Amino acid sequence: MLEAVGLKSADQLFESIPSELRLHRDLSVTAPKSEIELIACFEELAAKNKSASRASFLGAGAYSHYSPTVVDHLIQRSEFFTAYTPYQPEISQGTLQVIFEFQTLICQLTGMDVANASMYDGSTALAEAVLMAERITGRTKIVASDAVHPEYMDVVHTYVQHAGIELQRVAFDSATGATLIDSIDGLDEKTAAVVVQSPNFLGCIEELNVLADRAHALGALLIVVVTEAISLGLLRAPGACGADIVVGEGQSFGIPLSFGGPYLGLFATKDKYARQIPGRLVGEAFDKQGRRGFVLTLATREQHIRREKATSNICTNEGLIALAATIYLETMGRRGLQEVARQCAQKAHYLARQISSLEGFSLRFSAPWFNEFVVTAPIAAERILQQLATRRNITGGLALSRYFNDRPNDILVSVTELNSRQQMDDLVSGLVEIVG
Amino acid sequence: MSSSKITKVTSNISHNEALIFERSHPGRIGYRLPALDVDEVALDELVPVDLQRDDDLEGMPEVSEVDVIRHFTRISTWNYSIDLGMYPLGSCTMKYNSRLNEKVARITGFANLHPLSPEEGSQGALQLIYELQQDLIEITGLPGISLQPAAGAHGEMTGVMLIRAFIDARDGKSASANRRTMLIPDSAHGTNPASASLSGFTVKTVRSTAEGYTDLDHLKELCSSGDVAGLMLTNPNTLGLFEINIREICDIVHKAGGLVYMDGANMNALVGVARPGDMGVDVIHLNLHKTFSTPHGGGGPGCGPCCCSAELEPFLPVPRIVKEAETYRLDYGRPQTIGRVKAFFGNFGMMVRALAYIQTHGYDGLREATEAAVLNARYLAAGLTSDFDKPFAGDPMHEVVFTDKRQSRKGVHTLDIAKRLIDYGFHPMTIYFPLIVQGAMLIEPTESVGRAELDQFVEAMKNIAEEARETPQVVIDAPHSTRIGRLDEAAAARKPVLRWRPRSTAKTA
Repeated sequence: MLEAVGLKSADQLFESIPSELRLHRDLSVTAPKSEIELIACFEELAAKNKSASRASFLGAGAYSHYSPTVVDHLIQRSEFFTAYTPYQPEISQGTLQVIFEFQTLICQLTGMDVANASMYDGSTALAEAVLMAERITGRTKIVASDAVHPEYMDVVHTYVQHAGIELQRVAFDSATGATLIDSIDGLDEKTAAVVVQSPNFLGCIEELNVLADRAHALGALLIVVVTEAISLGLLRAPGACGADIVVGEGQSFGIPLSFGGPYLGLFATKDKYARQIPGRLVGEAFDKQGRRGFVLTLATREQHIRREKATSNICTNEGLIALAATIYLETMGRRGLQEVARQCAQKAHYLARQISSLEGFSLRFSAPWFNEFVVTAPIAAERILQQLATRRNITGGLALSRYFNDRPNDILVSVTELNSRQQMDDLVSGLVEIVG
Repeated sequence: MSSSKITKVTSNISHNEALIFERSHPGRIGYRLPALDVDEVALDELVPVDLQRDDDLEGMPEVSEVDVIRHFTRISTWNYSIDLGMYPLGSCTMKYNSRLNEKVARITGFANLHPLSPEEGSQGALQLIYELQQDLIEITGLPGISLQPAAGAHGEMTGVMLIRAFIDARDGKSASANRRTMLIPDSAHGTNPASASLSGFTVKTVRSTAEGYTDLDHLKELCSSGDVAGLMLTNPNTLGLFEINIREICDIVHKAGGLVYMDGANMNALVGVARPGDMGVDVIHLNLHKTFSTPHGGGGPGCGPCCCSAELEPFLPVPRIVKEAETYRLDYGRPQTIGRVKAFFGNFGMMVRALAYIQTHGYDGLREATEAAVLNARYLAAGLTSDFDKPFAGDPMHEVVFTDKRQSRKGVHTLDIAKRLIDYGFHPMTIYFPLIVQGAMLIEPTESVGRAELDQFVEAMKNIAEEARETPQVVIDAPHSTRIGRLDEAAAARKPVLRWRPRSTAKTA
């Protein structure tokens, strides 16, 4: 083939690169590995992740849920997994129809009119929602609850630091764990949006309709972020409570934990804001014979057309993960989602009852909650969690001291349908053993 | 080459399949969970009724497992994919996705690992991230790295924010406030100006020369204003040409007090052959979902590592993954950091796949892949020049741009050629990009295609050129072989229907 293009050696292919800029040595990376060697090497690395095989009560933005076998089977079909972004609709109808169904499912679950084709994850979706609120209102102040996932707020801060947006934080009630609605002093006519998470980072369900009324009375928007998407199977849809933008993390919809990614950013809003939404949208279209199909649409919002005036810089999103979530939601279906949510809530409340009956342990907050709750322990949370790992091979939850310095004894505990009663009873007897 | 007009496809059955919502039957289920194994309490005692859904999830599908399998299998057949054949989208690097990489990413020790697991329980994952970081540092020649960004545009935003933080620290906030211009060539990807804007920069456009390179005189002129924070440059550029004056370009920007950001979308032309760090580039993002073969999955996920010079390193996102003796840990103690760009540590699953790609190729395989990618593009360039207008004389690297100049005289345009290519069994090339080339067709074959298929592609393109001369309407009306014809995108955007609604509540327009 070199001859066919008039060359004698592969080196000549790179003659347009000045010689002093070329690498005249081999890269210092490994020699090629065979399949057998690679698998052995990666198995060895994976085995060092001891936490992956422990019974776990860790949540805090990433949840261990059951994923029906068909999900991982179907996403590995070549036609989905080795396709590009559907820029040529005539040969991308599979991907486009999936996205249209995904958008519909997310609208139904969140109670909103329009959802996009996905964002990177919940944290970046929230950051984009804040920027969108600024565009819609022309206002520059954001009032955000302290009970929003701390890493999400870190990301929001990074995104808005050069946008002239002021981030004001509002406390949560130390007794109930819900955002202190009465103390939203900073909420005024300069406020673009109020940002709350529900269930919030402490597991508590926020009173969204009250927050929506407060925000709307001053012309501000309400942005609601959901990190445990399974809660949507049981809790009132944020859209039905008055939310203007709903963002979330879709990992709970059958996506593996995978040490934090790839996950799935959900983004939904009202019809009137559709042209301000970031990212891709798929819409219905017809050909000359009147046959229904789907296309990428409203592209004039996007970077490849609008460049520096685009609603976002996003291009690649989480397509394959959105497909997995779509298959998950359709397989579990209407009744399955209700059932998973019911089991999460029932099991979590069972565990909470057991732990709170132990000497020295109590539930920290009084607001209603779904499947995550904060336990105050009689000794340091870190110590309890270490002991649970070594003695019982259990990850007992998250020490809140990771994010809140003033909460050394608080543990955030999450329960899903995958936590058996046996695991929960082991956790409880482990606590007795360690503290007793 | 024969003129047998053998195309890659023949017409075949195509299944009809409705939306899942139109297939739904009340009471049908496709799941089974174990019975609840704890004492059940009335739901209303756990969550007050007014906080519960009141719509009974109406509208969510009710289907069986086999319904789901048939639904997705049928609609999947409407997609083109790499596994079917060449996918020559310029600047997209659609290469083969190894199934081995999928297999190792699914090992329980990775797939089931919670991101907030204690460091002691996640040493394998941290080690994997660290090892990939070391390999990408070697490949780019840049010593600082963060794998946190989730995609190319996210890595761009991170890189541009590093530049801003560096200049703020170097010049002081008040002086740096006068340095808010980002230079971007007119051939750049749209994400570049969008990312610059997100980081608070004003964009000024650098012209390209008639030969397709950055116009040095225009660059110098723009740099003389004293307000330049940096240049965002793709290299090889989006015309497929290596910027032969890259050293001088970097010198001009550096002398003007700015930094050089390289868009690494086209790294598939350079891996193992040349390193951005050796060219004077300060910061680059990589696309693990292009160059390092992680699957595109119909639009993502990606992973957009940001690699930078030692000067910029203190500003990288936290946490950093560092090695101390034989232990790996998360380091948050970086006071100058721009902050987090994503929760947790980035798209870890993509990192597993990319490291598997690097290790199965090894140092020689990585270089061979680059050579094959460039050779394939060169071969296509040679094969198509007789029938299509090639606007730039320079030897292309891994992709080559042609135009519809000759065909448009007959009323056949780039879009028509692209659609006709579908009838010959190929996915079209990237069209109408870069924007500076009228009727652009940007073709990137990658290394994942052999000579036989390249020959088929050339033959298909030559046939289309002939059709454009002899029977142009055939091309203009293409595609003829697909399930549906060209869709009315203008009407779709005028009255957007972005979701399905039940018939009873569907809005009547």
